[in-house]
Amino acid sequence: MASKKSVVPFGPQHPVLPEPIHLDLVLDDEKVVEAIPSIGFVHRGLESLVKKKDFKEMQYVVERTCGICSFMHGMTYCETIEHIMDVEVPVRGRYLRTIWCEMSRLHSHMLWLGLLADAFGFESLFYQCWRMREQILDMFEASTGGRVIFSVNAPGGVLKDMPSDMLHAFVEKLDGFETELHKIADIFLNDYTVLTRLKGVGILTPEEAHDLGAAGPMLRASGIARDTRKLGYAAYGDLDFDIITSDDCDSFARCDVRIREMYQSIQLIKQAVDKIPEGDIAVPVKGNPEGEYFMRVEQPRGEAIYYAKGNGTKFLERIRIRTPTFANIPALLKTLKGCQLSDVPLLILTIDPCISCTER
Amino acid sequence: MANVSRSPWLLHYDGSSCNGCDIEVLACLTPVYDAERFGVVNTGNPMHADILLITGGINSQNASVVEQIYNQMPNPKVVCAVGTCACTGGVFKECYNIKGGADTVIPVDIYVPGCAARPQSIIDGIVQAVALFQKKHEEMKSEKK
Repeated sequence: MASKKSVVPFGPQHPVLPEPIHLDLVLDDEKVVEAIPSIGFVHRGLESLVKKKDFKEMQYVVERTCGICSFMHGMTYCETIEHIMDVEVPVRGRYLRTIWCEMSRLHSHMLWLGLLADAFGFESLFYQCWRMREQILDMFEASTGGRVIFSVNAPGGVLKDMPSDMLHAFVEKLDGFETELHKIADIFLNDYTVLTRLKGVGILTPEEAHDLGAAGPMLRASGIARDTRKLGYAAYGDLDFDIITSDDCDSFARCDVRIREMYQSIQLIKQAVDKIPEGDIAVPVKGNPEGEYFMRVEQPRGEAIYYAKGNGTKFLERIRIRTPTFANIPALLKTLKGCQLSDVPLLILTIDPCISCTER
Repeated sequence: MANVSRSPWLLHYDGSSCNGCDIEVLACLTPVYDAERFGVVNTGNPMHADILLITGGINSQNASVVEQIYNQMPNPKVVCAVGTCACTGGVFKECYNIKGGADTVIPVDIYVPGCAARPQSIIDGIVQAVALFQKKHEEMKSEKK
């Protein structure tokens, strides 16, 4: 007997949804035939604020594009302005930015692991992940004074320095974090129940990932080695690291890639602490930006693009932000097609959605 | 706190926040801060909820959603606006798509400031919300008599 198609409205407020996105799920029995998204619930229009806030104040606005990778948003904006104005940031400032960037990646991936555990109903694992994440937030608080949004960037460099004993204390803490991470990762990568929820779910082939313009771990989990950090912004040019990929193309691969990226982040922080030179952390910026620049960075969720155009006044003419979740939504819709209804929350989560980034 | 007779259920909705306050609200419910020790339980269903924690400002798209969630909650109910955006619109106040704080569409009882609001102040807000919920509950009971 041919079954009748039904449409389930999903979101923006739903018990299993972490963030406000709306999907109309067209179902054939339990199978999703199509997912139609509608967004805009978090749209603020912060790009338009360039007309009201000058380019230095704007740093505090772009930082609030997203509370999870707020440091990276601030940093990208500042680097864009620095390129326009030909400002050379002191090496120590660039290293400090790198360290905070990698700490952001650690806390973001830990947060994601927790939410993933919650999505497949493993609540104690969710709590363990979030307990571990607090260690990173404590480091943020010790070094910047803020937990999630800390405003340490400014065009020209960073506003706060980390003394060397603090840096070494962080490395020690990260060693403990790594030991704990091994235990947690073992559950995600080897537990039978977890594997049944992740293995073979949400296949995205390399061709599809490329054609749909996926970004970040979503792309790398489909076997495409693309990591914008290799462009060498901040101090990444001085650091030694490989691009982490997986050829499994499923939800398990995305989990695996993110876990290995966390080990890599710890290694990168250690490298940066070893290499960081003494010196100034910022240079004064005089004048107003004139000209335009494109900047690409690798955020925890993937590649973000910043564009800024200055006209010689203290107000920028235009700023444009393209965030990784926006790039990953077409890939998400592809993976949702043909999946079981009960896998929908899990699949939405595997792109690590940040809707407030997407809609700005 | 000592004479709370019911355990209120919490609902969290992300208005148009930057996620900063959202993850802090979630951090409050996880072991380190553990707001559940004050007798609240997190829920995802508005019809089961007694206390609404709302983060972020109100925009043209989510105004009806927030109103709908508020109307679905049973009486008595307490609304707690978490973060500067939910209180006044915050840094995004001048954006073309932001109407202002949560109180532009629903009545707000408790305002928790901060950008992002710290877990300590969110817990303070929750504790006040629990006390206010108890008070409203008793008022409702005496009205019935």
